[in-house]
Amino acid sequence: MNGTTVLGLVTAGGILILLFEMMRRRRLREKYAVLWATVAFAVVLLAVFPVILTEATDLLGLQLPSNLLFFGASVVILAMTLQHSSELGRLEERTRTLAEELALLRLELQQESQSVTDSDADADADA
Amino acid sequence: MKGEPPQRVLIIVPAWNEEASIGRTIGEIRSAVPQADVLVIDDGSRDRTVAEARRHGVLVCELPYNLGVGGAMRTGYRYAQRHGYDAAVQIDADGQHDPTYLAALLEHLDSADIIIGARFATKDDPYRVRGPRRWAMIMLAFVLSRVAGTRLTDVTSGFRVANRRAIAVFAAHYPAEYLGDTVESLVIASRAGCRVTQVPVTMRVRAAGQASQSPVKAAIYLARAMVALILALVRDWSAQGEFDQSLDKVAA
Repeated sequence: MNGTTVLGLVTAGGILILLFEMMRRRRLREKYAVLWATVAFAVVLLAVFPVILTEATDLLGLQLPSNLLFFGASVVILAMTLQHSSELGRLEERTRTLAEELALLRLELQQESQSVTDSDADADADA
Repeated sequence: MKGEPPQRVLIIVPAWNEEASIGRTIGEIRSAVPQADVLVIDDGSRDRTVAEARRHGVLVCELPYNLGVGGAMRTGYRYAQRHGYDAAVQIDADGQHDPTYLAALLEHLDSADIIIGARFATKDDPYRVRGPRRWAMIMLAFVLSRVAGTRLTDVTSGFRVANRRAIAVFAAHYPAEYLGDTVESLVIASRAGCRVTQVPVTMRVRAAGQASQSPVKAAIYLARAMVALILALVRDWSAQGEFDQSLDKVAA
């Protein structure tokens, strides 16, 4: 086993253990865990069979396998960051809606208790 | 002959840290349109805005944290819609909008869904803006005049009246993003088929918090206005509000 293989396996193994532990402690939703697990398995695959990388490099007419690896990695990271940005935006929109609803409900509640005390006062005046 | 004034008018006053001017603004609204209900939307103020507004005996809706004018106004429009108001008016708490123009704005309710109290509509308007900020306003006005199919001179004015139809649109879609509360909301309303018109008004220069006149800030304003406008024009609004609809189902 050469250094690259060991490094790849250790990294992938570390990610998988971390994923398992985070899921176990309910710190990670499955949809993200699946995503990261896919990344980890891809790293294992490349570490065990580096020929995949070199073959792909030749196929695409690139000079260095590492260039392909870095390119692939940056695309994956870009896609995930973009996904997180969109998710964040959606969450913001939802918390905004909830904040507005909360404010309206608080107002309704106030008006409700106001009208109750008002009618109590009326009843007292009548009595 | 002008149409009957609407039965129920809600004045929505978005307020963020306006303890100094909120009281006076409420007083002015009361004396200008005594028949209207006033709803102050407190946008997460850290000062005594809420207490001041309550002291003047108006409805106060407190947002738990600062959402920006867009969030405050959508809250107001939702209140207006759920309580069956015929018209909703936005008047800023800082005293920039003069409530005495309200009667003139409300008169147009039979011919338009949205009536903007607009600056720059007459030659003798004392309100002056220069440099990039002015270019931005002219560009926005030009494009939105095309979109709305009518001549508009001041699309960044928050001083506006909405009828039932426009209230329904705004209660569902009212952007919280930069310039969304004015520019983008007009695009949305126009796309939804609302008729827009304007009435010349004179706005007062804000007592506190003068809008920035520095050239750099004005240039940034121009750039952000362009982005906001382009986004507003290309956005697909039907995709929005799926979450809102499910909330409305819960409410119903």
